[in-house]
Amino acid sequence: MSHQNLAVDVEAIRDEFPILEREFDGQQVVYLDNAATTQTPDPVVDAMSDYYRESNANVHRGIHHLSQEASEAYEVAHDRVAEFIGADGREEVVFTKNTTESENLLAYSWGLNELEPGDEVVLTEMEHHASLVTWQQIAKRTGASVEYVRVDEDGRLDMDHARELIGDDTAIVSAVHVSNTLGTINPVAELTELAHEHDALSFIDGAQAVPNQPVDVKEIGADFYAFSGHKMAGPTGIGVLYGKRELLEAMEPYLYGGGMIRKVTFEDSTWGELPWKFEPGTPPIAEAVGLHAAVDWLEEIGMERIRDHEQELARYAYEQLESEGDVEIYGPEPGADRGGLVSFNVEGVHAHDLTSILNDHTVAIRAGDHCTQPLHDKLGVAASARASFYVYNTREEVDKLVAALDDARQLFA
Amino acid sequence: MGLGSDMYRQQILDHYKNPRNYGELEDPTFTHVGENPMCGDEIRMDVKLEDDDETIEYVAFSGDGCAISQASASMLSGELQGKSVDDLLEMDRDDVIDMLGVDISPMRVKCAVLAEKVAQDGAEIYRGELDKEKTSTED
Ligand SMILES: Cc1ncc(COP(=O)(O)O)c(C=O)c1O
Repeated sequence: MSHQNLAVDVEAIRDEFPILEREFDGQQVVYLDNAATTQTPDPVVDAMSDYYRESNANVHRGIHHLSQEASEAYEVAHDRVAEFIGADGREEVVFTKNTTESENLLAYSWGLNELEPGDEVVLTEMEHHASLVTWQQIAKRTGASVEYVRVDEDGRLDMDHARELIGDDTAIVSAVHVSNTLGTINPVAELTELAHEHDALSFIDGAQAVPNQPVDVKEIGADFYAFSGHKMAGPTGIGVLYGKRELLEAMEPYLYGGGMIRKVTFEDSTWGELPWKFEPGTPPIAEAVGLHAAVDWLEEIGMERIRDHEQELARYAYEQLESEGDVEIYGPEPGADRGGLVSFNVEGVHAHDLTSILNDHTVAIRAGDHCTQPLHDKLGVAASARASFYVYNTREEVDKLVAALDDARQLFA
Repeated sequence: MGLGSDMYRQQILDHYKNPRNYGELEDPTFTHVGENPMCGDEIRMDVKLEDDDETIEYVAFSGDGCAISQASASMLSGELQGKSVDDLLEMDRDDVIDMLGVDISPMRVKCAVLAEKVAQDGAEIYRGELDKEKTSTED
């Protein structure tokens, strides 16, 4: 990237998102719910509509021109994603529906077959339900136990506790890369190293990391890594499971059907090549094309710059909210290990009520437990409000959020 | 102003800030706890029936949550006094919204009907018409 040091040109970027111009009751939307889903820029929408207008066909089974084009586009999308996250080629990139399905693929295919009584699955207290509930249930079925690395007062993982927990009985360590509630960027390379020291595997939930910062799965060393297209300027309906080739090769398929087989008889079947072995049935082809376009779009801006922009906004939001006096903020103070989101509560106002009132100012944030209910129990609150930023957000939008809090205070005073 | 502020009319805020019938009954005929998993609100409804086992003598609620769910529980607890269990079971979301007297934005309807659902599930369990394991409110 030639302009790595320059700030992001937010004006130019916003031009590619007509949705950000939308108004409700004459007020322009302030979209601060990016950790739930990001908006989709024109080049991504265009890539998908071009695909439907020009190349649509089923993949891997037609000899005709259109099927060739569709198959090529679908396969090349795997290569592009592999390149983006530093994987060794398309064999290591399985397309799924979303992060949740990636997690379930691993848990059903590897977990259900390999976990035994006495084995330990080590999670963190800040896991999203996508991994927490999945491992909890797979552990119940296999007799394995589940342990949680503690979150300390500052909202960081207690790494001493991690070192205590991860031992020779540990079969897998499953950790969230960036917490969708606390914003904490976890030391996932260190956790992976701990896992490997004890011959355990590591799975990293990168749903909030890949969209917002440079991620290289080989640098982390993770055995498995998951993320969703719709949180990274891409479409819904597509997610990724990265896995080390030799591990994916040894794993049983999770779904069975057509398009994944080498040979089928009435008695038995053998499996096709990676990654198709894990992608039976007609896959999300247009979505793969969209994800490819999203990766191109993100890299053109540059992931370092996206990270810096978001961290800057999160720091600004943190400081503005903190100076309000009656706002409790969760997670670490702004710094290198905090990503672009801020969860908080205003004293005396339930997060749900707060969000309804902010919606009157067309400020869109999220309220609830953000699929981290056990973490909220630990924080001692039922719910929190969360503002999460993306590359198109501005300081002025943060100001609108902070100003709108006054309305809530007045109503509930 | 949009729907949001319209929801927080004086009556709602008053019931939220000064909840009626708040607390737990010493000798409820039936009691039930339910959650709205969307926002983590939890409400407990205690119902005391008269000797006819049909007329609602008194209702108390407890728990905490957003203004809409709390105000709804507070108003419902008053509304139900003197009514029958059948009246309670016949209530639907429109009745609750009428009772609240404000427009409830679609995403907040679950908050509004939580107390009603919890009371209804409690009544059905009491009558043996609902398996406790299968209630939508108890998690
Ligand atoms: C950390 C984390 N993991 C997993 C998920 C689940 O993502 P999806 O809903 O795309 O499966 C999310 C998104 O809500 C998330 O923030």
